[in-house]
Amino acid sequence: MQMSPIIISMKTASAAIAFTFLLGIFVARWVVNIKSEKAKMVLDGILTLPLVLPPTVVGFLLLIIFGVNRPIGKFLLEFLGVKIVFSWPATVIAAVVISFPLMYRSARGAFEQIDPDLVMAAKTLGMSERKIFWRITMPLALPGVAGGGILAFARGLGEFGATAMIAGNIAHETRTLPLAIYTEVAAGNMEAASYYVIIVMSISFLVVALTNYFSLKERKYLK
Amino acid sequence: MKKNIIMLMIICLVFSLVGCGKNTPTDESTITIAAAASLKNCVDDVLIPMFTEKYPDIQVKATYDSSGKLQTQIEQGADIDVFMSASMKQMNELAEKGFMIHDSIVELLENKIVLIVPVNNTKEIREFKDILKADQIAIGDQASVPAGQYAKEALTNLNLWGQVIEKASLGTNVTEVLNWVAEGSADAGIVYSTDAASTKKVKVVAEAPEGSVSKVIYPVGIVKTSKDEASAKKFLDFLQTEEVKKVFESYGFVAK
Repeated sequence: MQMSPIIISMKTASAAIAFTFLLGIFVARWVVNIKSEKAKMVLDGILTLPLVLPPTVVGFLLLIIFGVNRPIGKFLLEFLGVKIVFSWPATVIAAVVISFPLMYRSARGAFEQIDPDLVMAAKTLGMSERKIFWRITMPLALPGVAGGGILAFARGLGEFGATAMIAGNIAHETRTLPLAIYTEVAAGNMEAASYYVIIVMSISFLVVALTNYFSLKERKYLK
Repeated sequence: MKKNIIMLMIICLVFSLVGCGKNTPTDESTITIAAAASLKNCVDDVLIPMFTEKYPDIQVKATYDSSGKLQTQIEQGADIDVFMSASMKQMNELAEKGFMIHDSIVELLENKIVLIVPVNNTKEIREFKDILKADQIAIGDQASVPAGQYAKEALTNLNLWGQVIEKASLGTNVTEVLNWVAEGSADAGIVYSTDAASTKKVKVVAEAPEGSVSKVIYPVGIVKTSKDEASAKKFLDFLQTEEVKKVFESYGFVAK
């Protein structure tokens, strides 16, 4: 068993959750505040899409965006000298896109569950929107938001399909745990694969346990 | 009320049984082929339609993947009748372990190992030696993909393997390798001539130098657990007809 897939996976999942966490909260807050129900529905559909699409479809779409023969990928390569595909950042991009809906939906759910009277009360007392968000909304929504963050982290850690398509399978560079497992199984090295499997299962179990802990806290909080 | 529900359930059951009887023609059989990814276009587009036209009572299902993965699936008891491997290695291992019907195995085709680059490649890669000019190289995983084993053999004989593996992205089947190069994600790759012939997005720059790599033989055989050996045998015989040989050749293979 090599250590590099474990390290790469942890690095990828950590970098991805940093983006996903902030992006998810920001976008959820934005969508919650949209007045038009129709616009909300369409937007929600688009933002949730990566959750229900096969990861290979997401990988395909990412390839259309970042592939070196495609407009954006070409631009990045020719003008900035950045090749996204087959590089470590590609694993992060795949993980962010795939795990985003989990974060976004959890945060949105948490925001919508907050008693609007509390927000109204703050408004009558002259609190600014920004202050209300940080002092009232966020603390109340925190357990849900944290739970979403943990789920999104786990999903990013497990990302395989889209990663294989845009990041490839380069040892010590883009070979994450799921790719390492796939490679070992394909080669018939069940033993090597089983070590990686145990690691992924341990982390995933820890994550579910943590999520339960947060939801328990949330329930106590609401009571 | 209870009685009604029970009646309804009985009626449903009866209907489902009736449906069963009607939908299962007695003389139709199904065989499942597991074929190397490099055979997909040829088998899917031409051979299966051709075969079912000849034998309308035999349904053919096909699954495609790297030969190594198919080998694992057959060993794990997958419901497969005919195995078309892209290398003798997988077939021999399966035969040794008793998963194949020994005398059914035939050396069917030969393929060539080639170096490919994206069509608009600017890295000036013209022969195998130039492969190190590529920033990223796509090859099949030598542990499971025959095309990768041949690539390793050729590169080892050319004293390039050690440097190539440093920047190689290992595909889990040869189609993945081809697509990586076709999309320009990798600057160079090693695949079969048949794969290279299947897309206009890649350019063949060189064949593996004579003697650097062993012959690429595609064997085919019947899996021992086949439930319909007679139909599987018909398919194997069909693969060796003159007609089919021509089809294989049009896809870049050399028929044996």
